[in-house]
Amino acid sequence: MTVALWIVPALPLAGFLLCLLLGTRLGKGFVSAAGVGSIGIATLAAWSRLLPYFRDGGGAVVERIAPWITAGNFSVDVSFRLDPLSALMVSFVTFVGFLIHLYSVGYMKHDETDAGYARYFAYMNLFMFSMLTLVLANNFVLMFVGWEGVGLCSYLLIGYYYEREYAAAAGRKAFVVNRIGDFGFLLGMFGVFSLFGTLDFGDVFSRAAANPGRFAPGLTVVCLLLFLGAMGKSAQVPLHVWLPDAMAGPTPVSALIHAATMVTAGVYMVTRCNALFRLAPEAMAVVAVIGGVTAIFAAVIALAQNDIKKVLAYSTVSQLGYMFLACGVGAYVAGMFHVLTHAFFKACLFLGSGAVIHALGGEQDMRRMGGLAPKLPVTYRTFLVATLALAGIPPLAGFFSKDAILTGVFAANRPILFAVGLFTAGLTAFYMFRLVSLTFSGRFRGSAEVGAHVHEAPTTMTLPLVVLAFLSAVGGFLGLPEVFGESANRVAAFLAPVFPPIFLPGHEVARHAVSPAKEWILMGVSVTVAAAGLLLAWDWYAKKAGRPAERLAASFPRLYALIADKFRIDELYDVLFVRPFSWLARVLWKVVDVLVIDGFLNAGAFVVELVGDALRFLQTGNVRNYALTFLLGIVALLLIVLAG
Amino acid sequence: MKVSASDWLLLSPELFLTAAGLLILSISAFFDKAKEEFLAFLTLLFVGVAIGLVAFLSGYGGRGAPIFAGMFIVDNFAIFFKLLMLVSIALTVLASIQFVGRAPYPAGDYYALLLFTGVGMLFMVSGNNLVSIYVALELMALSSYILAGYFKLEIKSTEAALKYFVLGAFSSGVLLYGLSLVYGIAGRMGLPDLAKLFESQAKSNLLLVGILLILAGLLFKIAAVPFHVWTPDVYEGSPTPVTAFFSVGPKLAAYAILARIFYVGFPKFHADWGLIIALVSAATMVFGNVAALLQTNVKRMLAYSSIAHAGYALMGVLGFRTEFGLWGILVYLLAYTFMNFGVFALVVFLETKGYAAESVADFNGLARRNMTAAVVMLVFLLSLAGIPPTAGFIGKYYLFTSAMKAGYAWLAVLAVLMSALSLFYYFRIAAAMFFSEAEGAPLKSSYALTAAVLICAAATVIVGVAPQPFVEMLRACVIKAP
Repeated sequence: MTVALWIVPALPLAGFLLCLLLGTRLGKGFVSAAGVGSIGIATLAAWSRLLPYFRDGGGAVVERIAPWITAGNFSVDVSFRLDPLSALMVSFVTFVGFLIHLYSVGYMKHDETDAGYARYFAYMNLFMFSMLTLVLANNFVLMFVGWEGVGLCSYLLIGYYYEREYAAAAGRKAFVVNRIGDFGFLLGMFGVFSLFGTLDFGDVFSRAAANPGRFAPGLTVVCLLLFLGAMGKSAQVPLHVWLPDAMAGPTPVSALIHAATMVTAGVYMVTRCNALFRLAPEAMAVVAVIGGVTAIFAAVIALAQNDIKKVLAYSTVSQLGYMFLACGVGAYVAGMFHVLTHAFFKACLFLGSGAVIHALGGEQDMRRMGGLAPKLPVTYRTFLVATLALAGIPPLAGFFSKDAILTGVFAANRPILFAVGLFTAGLTAFYMFRLVSLTFSGRFRGSAEVGAHVHEAPTTMTLPLVVLAFLSAVGGFLGLPEVFGESANRVAAFLAPVFPPIFLPGHEVARHAVSPAKEWILMGVSVTVAAAGLLLAWDWYAKKAGRPAERLAASFPRLYALIADKFRIDELYDVLFVRPFSWLARVLWKVVDVLVIDGFLNAGAFVVELVGDALRFLQTGNVRNYALTFLLGIVALLLIVLAG
Repeated sequence: MKVSASDWLLLSPELFLTAAGLLILSISAFFDKAKEEFLAFLTLLFVGVAIGLVAFLSGYGGRGAPIFAGMFIVDNFAIFFKLLMLVSIALTVLASIQFVGRAPYPAGDYYALLLFTGVGMLFMVSGNNLVSIYVALELMALSSYILAGYFKLEIKSTEAALKYFVLGAFSSGVLLYGLSLVYGIAGRMGLPDLAKLFESQAKSNLLLVGILLILAGLLFKIAAVPFHVWTPDVYEGSPTPVTAFFSVGPKLAAYAILARIFYVGFPKFHADWGLIIALVSAATMVFGNVAALLQTNVKRMLAYSSIAHAGYALMGVLGFRTEFGLWGILVYLLAYTFMNFGVFALVVFLETKGYAAESVADFNGLARRNMTAAVVMLVFLLSLAGIPPTAGFIGKYYLFTSAMKAGYAWLAVLAVLMSALSLFYYFRIAAAMFFSEAEGAPLKSSYALTAAVLICAAATVIVGVAPQPFVEMLRACVIKAP
């Protein structure tokens, strides 16, 4: 039996409704069953479609549910699309989503009231619905519905602890910054429609492929607008400011939404539209540069953060930069592969940090951690595996995906971007081992009271950690580099149909193939850089308790302060945008609204009242007067027609 | 005159309802003890059978050609209106059950009169000849005068009936005078015959006077300015379920014959009647909205709101010979029937709970006393204001588009402005329901009334969310101008 595609998003939607409507009344047991069960069943349903699909391969399957909007020559259907790209996304979104829902049962149980617990799972289910809609959509409009839906859920969940001022503010910030991107996406969508006359993915891409020369001129602007949308959702410089603040939400939310799934939606969208981007080389160049800048910029900031989740957040921004770097140089497969492996190890890292925070009763500052390895054995081991994967140590997953990206950049002949990517790999290894050393090795630096209560997390929390660590370890074998054989890269082979041969006339630039020897050298270099960063961090923070780092910071105090303050981007935006806008808003309120608009309205109301008094005079209740009105009306009609 | 069996079959819903009305009248005459619920149920059953008959006829091959020597026609247009009118009668019965039962008047008369009004309405929309249309209209009108005065011991109800009757008779006189002028010039009454004759005839002033008098008589029925004066008094004084019915049922019939007479009978003079309808439409929507804005009495406010909606609906008749034609008004009336009936049904609900439902304050805190009622009321108000995703939005969208396509962009702009204005008074009720303090215990509704309200709400939401199938279906119901 094949499960219809719409079932997959519909199940979380049902879970959302159940939790929302009945959750508070029926208590936590019901909410756990409905909230986690819906995702569990959705995962099974999705995988029952995906397993045969992965085995047999196959083209795009489109399942049309109903016409949705029809107006003139514009028509949009509610229809879902299963192709290798959406299959890959659905496979890990459902699975990782399920693990994180399971983890949430343990994480959220203690602190929250029944109502809060129901609210949490309702939002999480709504998020899964939106994300799956985004991924499975067969046209830009339905994708936009999912796109806005995940944005809404992100806002709701960041502000989950809405009674805390900073959480509410962080939610607002995420929403506002995302709106800037959404605006771009929306304009891009209009652009696509005006160019192609349709918003259906299959039609748009086949029309672009059939006639590249005709569409190419308009596509640069359209692609840049679409990429603006991706920048907002995937937190690329300069729209990255919301993601670190988003850590104000519960940690499983950070793992699911702000690391594994939603933030990769931008990468997914750009990859989905690769047929358009490849016809717009200038837009591709922008994507690559923004990606590279974001990668190194966020990695530098991560070096100097002390909040465990902030480090991971900047790391996420940096890794997303890597993904866009890959897309920008045309290595879409490498980008998507990194999306996949990153989902495993970053979700594992966030959940691990959640276990640490949970064990320390809410402590997030790494300066008050340390020596936790023996007390949290499962957390420590899984965290270590995921860290090594992120740092790019072979044969863990991150090594292969990052290597694929670096090889792609090298092959595209972009030496500066390659250097940036390589250097960022070293920084990544360094800040991640700084984090591991500060958290797990050395001696405990928190208060004795907290130290006494440190305990390993319950099974519902450790089980997802183990599964994700395992996947972080072996996930890379899905996409071995070419030196291991022609068909070793199974991800690339599987995704190949998503990237039809399409070239701008005159731009059929042959990518110079990377010879096996060069490929081995590249791997060797990237491993060496990663290992160097890793060992340096180990030496400085685990062995010498951070003293060399303090000395270094002390010798460049202003530079260090700048980095620790995240390059003061928020302050810059405050001066550039926030204050002028609040000034403008005040002017609009005090002058335009109160004086002009209210004044106009009040005058209007006065006139209306005068007219009303006159009318009331006519409406006397007297039948003779009514008949007279009637008669005068007839006379007026006759005069208009006969005299006019 | 040759009449075939198929002619009788095509008019079977009307004939059946006539018999049903007589049966109910005799039951209540011979058995005084017959319970109101029983009679209501019986009426509902008969209306259901009639709906079944009409639905059967919609698939009957012989429809579409004139029958009874050209007196009637059962085309898709008529079938759409018949179904919608029968549904409105069924909703009225559901909304009346407790309301009429608690009054000391014979319930059988009430339901029989309702059915007779229905018979008149059904005949009207099938009318293909000025005489048959006029007779059907009088059947509808006379029955509805009595319905308005059904609470005969209450002064307001009697006053409503009297005013309705006197002014109705006046409008009938005007209409009839128009008919006689047209007959005097043309010597025939069949609509297609008239069109054929006028095609080769020059326009005469006398003929125009006749046509305009007919138009004025019909505008009275749909309560368009300046022939609307009776509406607030009649709507306020009539028993509220009757008001709910008046605001949809007879109006549907009036719109239908207005469209049919002018599209089929007087296509040649469309420039003249089109101009008048556009002007009346503008005046009606402006007057209705402004007057509603000033009302504090909810029933009168809703009466003015219905007047405003009549102004919008008239725009739908302007699409003469455009690709839209009558499409807009059909979509709009589908939406209007449910949302407007729904609003009045909620007023009925409050009245059965002992509120006069006269001031907005009676809606205070309804959300806390009956959440469903408040939410459903909000849906109707949103729909009336034309906010998506409700049926009212879809209706207005098609209506405004059809006016634009007909070259009346100024009217569409005015209608949009007026819709914005209408938000103000609709949201007075919404604000009272949700933001004012509640007093008293939760309010429970009877099953019948709940059913009526929920049917209206479901239709309002479904047509709003998934309009495509309905809209496509209605496209096939349009009368094409020759």
